[in-house]
Amino acid sequence: MKLVVNNKETELLQGNTVADLIKQLELPSQGIAVALHNRMVPRKQWEEQPLQEGDSLIIIKAACGG
Amino acid sequence: MKKLIIAGKEFNSRLFLGTGKFNSNEVMEQAIAASGTEMVTVAMKRIELDDKNDDMLKHIVRPNIQLLPNTSGVRTAEEAVFAAQMAREAFGTNWLKLEIHPDPRYLLPDSTETLKATEELVRMGFVVLPYCQADPTLCKRLEEAGAATVMPLAAPIGTNKGLQTRDFLRIIIEQSNVPVVVDAGIGAPSHAAEAMEMGAAACLVNTAIAVAGNPVEMAEAFKEAVIAGRRAYEAGLGTQAEDMTASASSPLTAFLND
Repeated sequence: MKLVVNNKETELLQGNTVADLIKQLELPSQGIAVALHNRMVPRKQWEEQPLQEGDSLIIIKAACGG
Repeated sequence: MKKLIIAGKEFNSRLFLGTGKFNSNEVMEQAIAASGTEMVTVAMKRIELDDKNDDMLKHIVRPNIQLLPNTSGVRTAEEAVFAAQMAREAFGTNWLKLEIHPDPRYLLPDSTETLKATEELVRMGFVVLPYCQADPTLCKRLEEAGAATVMPLAAPIGTNKGLQTRDFLRIIIEQSNVPVVVDAGIGAPSHAAEAMEMGAAACLVNTAIAVAGNPVEMAEAFKEAVIAGRRAYEAGLGTQAEDMTASASSPLTAFLND
C-alpha cells in the first residue's frame, strides 16, 4: 500500500502495521519515534497499529541542536 | 562546590552543552568530554529515508550524561506537547528542554505558549526545563506551574553577546525557588563566570563552544569559568565601593624615609 512517510511517498510492500514499515525501512527500534497523522504511536503498539492506504507518518530521530 | 540538583537528580557539573553547529560529531564528542558536562541537549529531525547512517546519539550517550531533548522547531504549546511525546518515545527520557520560538529572526521564546505548554507537560509527567524570556514574573509563573528549572536567556540564541539581560537575571535568581539556568547568548567564558558569580545554578552553552577556533579547548575553558564563577559565588564576593575612593590593602605606614 502507498503511504506518505516524512512527506515522501513510500510503498509498504509486506504487512500492514507500523512494525512492518519500520522493518522494511531497516530502521533501528531505538532512538526513533513514529507518529501517525500527527499522533505519536508508542513503540509497544507498533505491532498492532494497522496502516491504511494513504496514511501519513512522521518518523523522527536525534539531531544536533542546542 | 555544592552539587546542582534538578528534579531530585544530582549533577557534578554546572555547565550544560548544546550539540548544534559542531563541524563534526567527533569534535562534538571530544568537546562534551572536555567540558565535564552531565547534561547535553539534543534536537529531533525527520529521518531521511536515503541516509540512515547519520547517528549522532552514539557520540553523546554515556552513563553519566542526562539527555535533554529540545522542542526546537515548534511554534505553539500544542506542537510542543506533540514534540515532547515524540522525544520521550525516541530517547527514553521524560526530561525536556521546552523551547517555543515562532519568530525566526530573533528566536525569542513565546511566553504565553511556553507557560501553557509547561502546565500541560508537567501534568503529563515531564521534567520541564523551559527556555524563556528573562522576565521575573514569567519565571515565577513557570515555577508555580511546576517547571524543574527556569532557563532565561542572556541574549538571543547564537549571538554570543553575553549577559544583556543582566539586571533581570539578578531579580530572577533572587526570587527563584528552582535552579536558574542561564541559556542562550553566552559567548565567552567570562560571561558564564559572571552569570555563576551572580548565583545562577548553571549555564547552557552551545554556539560559543561549537564555533570556537578550537571547540575542545573552549569547552575546557567554559568548564573552568563555570567552576570559578560558582566557587566565587559560594565564597561570597566582596561588595563594590560606591565610588572610586581607594581602600588600602597594604599598611600605609611609611618605612623608607621616616
